[in-house]
Formats: sequence, structure tokens, C-alpha cells
Amino acid sequence: MTADHADHVVDALGRACPIPVIELAKVVETAAIGDIVEVLSDDPASKVDVPVWCRMRGQRFLSQTERPDGGWAFRVTKLR
Amino acid sequence: MSRVHLDHASTWPLRPESAAAYRDAAAVAWADPSRGYREARAARDLLDRATETATDTLGATDGIVWTASGTEAIHLAVLGSARAAVRRGDPRRHVVTSAVEHSAVLGACERLHDEHGFDLTVVDATASGEVDAEAVIAALRPDTLAVHLQHANHEVGAIQPTHEVGVACRERGALLHVDACQTVGQLGVTLGQLGADLLSASAVKFGGPSGVGLLAIGERGRVRALLDGDDRQRRRRSGLEPVPAIAASAVALAVATANLDTERSHRELLRRRLRELLPRRVADLQVHGPLADAHPGIVAVSALYVEGEALVTELDAAGFAVHSGSSCATTSGEPSHVLVAMGALTHGHVRVSVGPSNSEDDIEAFVEAFVETVTRLRETAGVGR
Repeated sequence: MTADHADHVVDALGRACPIPVIELAKVVETAAIGDIVEVLSDDPASKVDVPVWCRMRGQRFLSQTERPDGGWAFRVTKLR
Repeated sequence: MSRVHLDHASTWPLRPESAAAYRDAAAVAWADPSRGYREARAARDLLDRATETATDTLGATDGIVWTASGTEAIHLAVLGSARAAVRRGDPRRHVVTSAVEHSAVLGACERLHDEHGFDLTVVDATASGEVDAEAVIAALRPDTLAVHLQHANHEVGAIQPTHEVGVACRERGALLHVDACQTVGQLGVTLGQLGADLLSASAVKFGGPSGVGLLAIGERGRVRALLDGDDRQRRRRSGLEPVPAIAASAVALAVATANLDTERSHRELLRRRLRELLPRRVADLQVHGPLADAHPGIVAVSALYVEGEALVTELDAAGFAVHSGSSCATTSGEPSHVLVAMGALTHGHVRVSVGPSNSEDDIEAFVEAFVETVTRLRETAGVGR
């Protein structure tokens, strides 16, 4: 497993809120405990909403990194 | 279908007493109050009485400036106080504000920075939307001209510690302007109680007509008109005063003040009921702002997985007028700066602001409609349970 490893990638680029968080929730639902889910989003609301979603749903927010071609990659670990 | 207005933080329905005052004043006070003939004196008389009412109610020791809106009053406070300072040779070029101010305050402060070279310090807020007095006081500098701080937050209802900030401002010779657009006529505020030198308000937020704002001025408050052209309102605001609308605003303020205690406790009851019912009935709901020491009429919630604009549209169809500050709801596409500053869920956001005419039945009916709407929207999005 590398530092870049993600078990699932949700590509929500070009999609407005709340779509990125909805898609994240759907993928996390089907993922296994401990899986890392990455969300790609260029909606600035995701910077707030993804960490808040993790808090509300009891999941772990891992990181937010800027993508070279716009937007951000958010990583989440499924805890439950 | 009956309609339930739950957007009092934007506009109140015109109070009947204010509407009557407008009609009466419009019939007799059409002339320019700065002229010397009989018709003008009639207008002057009404304008003076309205100004006296507002001055007395708000404890404005240096009078009232009538403007066209709360936004204009705020701009007059921010830019007009800077203009007055520059004119009298005061070298201070720094202002302080908070991250959760209304866009009118932030916009005016940014203009002061961008176009007039003032330094600007923006103080952060807590997760409940409150601004820490110590943080504001720590931002004060020897060259601070003014602090611009709201009384109650317009989105989540947090009450800010203006008096504590005002004491520190006074010690350091800085001005405190309080944006009280959400509380004048609703919480019985005066300049003295708030520790303010300048206080901005909007008539449409306490049951007066649209098109009237005011800036109440204390003994240390100094502003100079933003537009040049005449010497009205002691050179603090040019342009013919809309006397009928101002007279109607003063009546609305007097009625609001007379009914203040009953209206406030009634609204507080409805606010608590909403805060209790909504999270109990809807899963994955964030309720924003403090429970205690908050504005009596504002409840803000965000429902996970729901688009704010869709909520507003669906609730409107069900008979309820509410506002959404969700990023999806705005033309800019930017999330609400207040919710971002609080680190709160920015989508699925609805602000429910109750008024004295709302009943407990209205609240129960709204909760039912909200539950039903959120459930349906989540099912459509494929995340319903």
C-alpha cells in the first residue's frame, strides 16, 4: 500500500454540492471497514462539507490536497 | 392556500400602523422639507417627529441619519467614518471586523481596503458563530479607526459581545459601529447598551416599509456623506428624504418597541420549539448557532444530502417562505461565508426566522412539511433511509 493508495475514487468534478457528498456517502456505504475513499471535487463547498460529513457520520477525515488541474482530492477512511 | 412567512430576518410584513402612517403622510408630506414654504414645513414637521422618535428610542445623542437601506447605513458607517477621519486629518487607517458579518459590512470594509488603502483585520468566529471579544480587542492597534461588529448574526442568530468591545474601543479612541439590522425594534437596543458610537438599522426588518435605513449616531460618532450635492442631514447624507416612508418607519419602530417584550418571548418560544423538534424528527441535521443568548427569531439548520434551493422551492410550494444560504442556492456558487467561518455544513441550509404573527400551529405544520420534503429529496438522491 502506497501513500497514494485509495480503495475507491469518487469523481465528482464539475458537480455542485450536495452531489459530491451524496456520491461519497453512497460509496462509503458499500466499502469495507478500513477502506480509503477519495473524492475529487472542484466545488469549494466540499472543503467544508466533506470534513463535516465525516464528523456527522462518524467517519475519519484523512486529508485534503489540491489537484494540479483544479479542485481538490479529499480522503476518508471508513470506520463503521 | 394559506401562507406562512418564516423569513422575518429578510423582511417583515408591513405593520398595519406603519401602512396607515405611510398613507396619511404621503397625502400631506410630499414637499421638500428643506424649503421654506408652508407645504415644506408640513414635511419638515413630520420628518422632525420621526427623527425624534428614532433618536429617543435608540439613545442617539448625536441624532439619526436616514438612508435608503440598511446596506447604505452600513456603508455610511464604514466609509463615511473614514471619510470624516481623512477630512479632519486623523491619520488612523486600520479597521477591524469579523468573518461572520453581513456581506454589506464585509463589502464596505473591503472597499475601504481596496480603494482607500486602509488596513483590514478580519477576526474569526467560533463554531457557533460567536465572535470572541478578546480576539477583537487583541486586533486593536494604535492606528485603529473603527471596529465594525454585528449585534446579532443574520444567518444563525449568535449575539456578539459588542459592549465589551465598545469599552475597549473607547479606551483606545477607536469607534465602534454596530450593525444592528437584525435587532433594532426586536431586542430593545440602544447605543449605550451596545457600547456603540454608530448603529445601523433597516426599517423593513421591524415592520416598516422597504427603502428606509438609518444610522444612529452617538457623541463620538463622526460620518461624512458619501454622495455630494447638498447639505441635508447635517452634511451626513445628501438627497431628498422620503418623508412618508421615514414617518412610517418611525411608527413601526414605536409599535415594535411598545410590543417588544411580548413579541420577543413569543418568538423565543417558537424558536425553542423548532430547535427541539427539527433534529428529533430529521436524521443527519445540523442545527446552527447558540441555544441561549441568541436572537429570538432565527433558527438555522442544514440537512445532509439535500440541496438548499430545492428545499426552498418545495417548502414554498407547501406554503412556507424560508430562505436558504446554501452555496447551491446563490448565483455566485460560493458557500455561505458565515457557515464556512463556523465550519458548518454549507448545503441543505435553511434559515427559519419567525415573527410575532406566527403561531405554534404554523411551527408544527412547518416541521411536518420539512420532514416530508427532506425525506423525499433524500430518496430522490438515493440516500434516503
